[in-house]
Amino acid sequence: MGKITLKSVRKSFGDTHVIPGIDLEINDGEFVVFVGPSGCGKSTLLRLIAGLEDTSGGTIEIDGKDATDLPPAKRGLAMVFQSYALYPHMSVRKNIAFPLKMAGMDAAEQDKRVNHAAKILNLSSYLDRKPGQLSGGQRQRVAIGRAIVREPAAFLFDEPLSNLDAALRVTMRQEISELHQTLKTTMIYVTHDQVEALTMADKIVVLHAGVIEQVGSPLDLYRNPRNLFVAGFIGSPKMNFITGPEAAKHDCHTLGIRPEHLDVTEDGIWEGVVGLSEHLGSDTFLKVEAGPLGTLTVRANGEVDLHHGDKVRLSPQEGKLHRFDKDGKALR
Amino acid sequence: MARKVSNTRKTVITALAWTIGLLIFFPILWIIILGFKSEGDAIKTPFEVLFSSWTFESYHEVQERSDYFRHFMNSVIISLGSTLIALVIAIPAAWSMAFVPGRRTKDLLMWMLSTKMMPAVGVLVPMYLLFRDFGLLDSRAGLVGVLTLINLPIVVWMLYTYFKEIPGEILEAARMDGAGLKSEILYVLTPMAIPGIASTLLLNVILSWNEAFWTLQLTTSKAAPLTQFIASYSSPEGLFYAKLSAASTMAIAPILILGWFSQKQLVRGLTFGAVK
Amino acid sequence: MATAHSRTAARLMVSPAVILLLLWMIVPLGMTIYFSFLRYNLLMPGMETWAGFDNYYWFVNNPAFWPALSNTLVLVVGVLAITTIGGTLLALLLDQPMWGQGIVRILVIAPFFVMPTVSALVWKNMFMNPVNGLFAHAAKALGLQPFDFLAHAPLASIILIVAWQWLPFATLILLTALQSLDREQMDAAEMDGAGPISRFIYLTVPHLTRAVTVVILIQTIFLLSVFAEILVTTNGGPGTASTTITYLVYAQSLLSFDVGGGSAGGIIAVILANIVAIFLMRMIGKNLES
Repeated sequence: MGKITLKSVRKSFGDTHVIPGIDLEINDGEFVVFVGPSGCGKSTLLRLIAGLEDTSGGTIEIDGKDATDLPPAKRGLAMVFQSYALYPHMSVRKNIAFPLKMAGMDAAEQDKRVNHAAKILNLSSYLDRKPGQLSGGQRQRVAIGRAIVREPAAFLFDEPLSNLDAALRVTMRQEISELHQTLKTTMIYVTHDQVEALTMADKIVVLHAGVIEQVGSPLDLYRNPRNLFVAGFIGSPKMNFITGPEAAKHDCHTLGIRPEHLDVTEDGIWEGVVGLSEHLGSDTFLKVEAGPLGTLTVRANGEVDLHHGDKVRLSPQEGKLHRFDKDGKALR
Repeated sequence: MARKVSNTRKTVITALAWTIGLLIFFPILWIIILGFKSEGDAIKTPFEVLFSSWTFESYHEVQERSDYFRHFMNSVIISLGSTLIALVIAIPAAWSMAFVPGRRTKDLLMWMLSTKMMPAVGVLVPMYLLFRDFGLLDSRAGLVGVLTLINLPIVVWMLYTYFKEIPGEILEAARMDGAGLKSEILYVLTPMAIPGIASTLLLNVILSWNEAFWTLQLTTSKAAPLTQFIASYSSPEGLFYAKLSAASTMAIAPILILGWFSQKQLVRGLTFGAVK
Repeated sequence: MATAHSRTAARLMVSPAVILLLLWMIVPLGMTIYFSFLRYNLLMPGMETWAGFDNYYWFVNNPAFWPALSNTLVLVVGVLAITTIGGTLLALLLDQPMWGQGIVRILVIAPFFVMPTVSALVWKNMFMNPVNGLFAHAAKALGLQPFDFLAHAPLASIILIVAWQWLPFATLILLTALQSLDREQMDAAEMDGAGPISRFIYLTVPHLTRAVTVVILIQTIFLLSVFAEILVTTNGGPGTASTTITYLVYAQSLLSFDVGGGSAGGIIAVILANIVAIFLMRMIGKNLES
């Protein structure tokens, strides 16, 4: 249940080749996150899997069966939309029951499943309200409830948290992760927020211009990015990139070092002047002008009390330097 | 603007606006008043008219003598009939143009609107002859057909704009929930589109009720709606102001009332979106 | 959204509307064109012969043609002038803060919903009639001779009637446009030092220009087909003083029973309307893009 295989999947809109060709394996029960900048094709890919768009080539297999030409309803998948897409004229109960009604389930069985889903999601007291009377987080849960009752092979989430405020986002993120642990169903989750990706995923698929840049576990992507794009995309603040003679000294075209792997030391090998400093209490972020090395972002301990104009010396931590060739590929 | 406007300014403007408004509305007011007078009183000078006695006699005479009710029903049947048929044809058309737009959709819509711009006289002759040869002259069915055709572009257009306002994702959600096309339209689209459909129905009934070209050309007595009925009063047959007023009031009252509720729809439907 | 399944369904669902409108466009119009090349009179059926462009020639050379053309122009331009200028002023007035704005709006909008035959007859009898009409009574009260509007100034009278009916339309459209003016832009201009007159000239007028253009184009399309008002008041007379192209075609077709000639006239009317329509469609097209 919930094993999805994409073979050479392509998608073009007229002359625009949004997805030139993708091969991907998603295992049963995995929490897979599609992440990438706007326009990279992650939502398109999700919609191709859902069946809301036709592929221009390639095949999509769900649990071993070819689903490429199946309409969305017959693929056994459930989707949670960015805007929740609740039926405004139906009560919460009717919203959640709708897919069951479409499947021809009898009323008693419908009620049972709806009540069960409502209990899991803490919606039992809202069942008779209409979506317009609910808050953002509640609507989100109704959308999830509607997906759960179908007992699908996989859940598809299309940037479900972007319309929520920051605090609610954190809460819902955790709720979705807990849901995954409870239901153990495959979940495919699309987001542009790499923090969501890193915290929720079993496996992350980094997409860029319709092409998969790298697939791996969160820590895998963090520790061993395969190319410049992934290195710069994963991790916040962004990895520092150094080109020129310093990179040549390390036998590569581009040198990469994450802000959290730069230490402020008395005898650091690199020196510079502090430009901007941000004191968050827990951390201190410094933008250091390091001459030929460019501007380096440094994440230091919250106690570090450096300010604009201060001279600093930095050293990269042992074994944390990333080297990339002139095509942007990582050198091991 | 949440700033205070001087009361003097407000008063002057209010006075000016009300004066102009009443002046513009006056003819209608006058019809209503005259309808409640006797024929003899109706032709006196305005002051005498106002102070003469009020009576229902003109209304009675109109309803008894000239079979007014039949013409009223004709108007109702023709307006409602053509509107309902137009809706049945237009809802699927507007659905597909709004939710599955192709490259040609915009051109198609524009072409449909352009058919409304053809002057009626351009096809007066063939329509008259066709109607005559098929026995459709002075028939309600024939008139319903013509009115459906001339209003179809506007109905499609209005429904299109209302459908476009429905978030596409909700229909996709229905699709993912297993709804086939019929279920999608029945359980999701139509309930959400009902306000839009009602508005379109309203505007179209108004336009059909007041249509004064084909109703005059293609009917004489049996199927004549109110437009034709009132027009038949145009030959001077002596004193008849009060009856004309009573008949007119009854003819325009329903639409005046409906019209007050349909101002927004009017702008949407008749400016073809060129004004928001 | 757009999968193969929905696309075929979509095509099926548009077809009834498209087919009907296509037939409506082609069949009657085609017949008109065909008739316009025949010598065909309903009083002598079965004797149709090919007439080439004769009908067109005779229609244009009909002594009523040029008067009809100029009357049509005067009618359209006259009504446009009254409704556009009046509508703009009214819209500006109604946009101001006042008491009872809702009711004033209703009063001003009402004439549009009165059916043309009613409004024409009411004006003809209750107001313009030289013996019993209101204007006559008013004139007599002032010691003046009552003026027979429809006999001595038929076209102007009809312009008045039609303008009364269409003024609400223009006002409503222009008021809607006015109310969609970006208030923040106005505030910004005020902070930039622009006084009320400058704000009117540089912000309001350009914004309204678009709406005014739409009003003019749409009204022109409908005004070219004005019919009921003429039929019910003057029947095109006296003589041809209030005959428009539309009325002329009607008279030729159904009063003189000259199907051939009437058809030619109809085609000419179509050509006239098309010229206006082209401009209107361009405006609408621009808006559909957004």
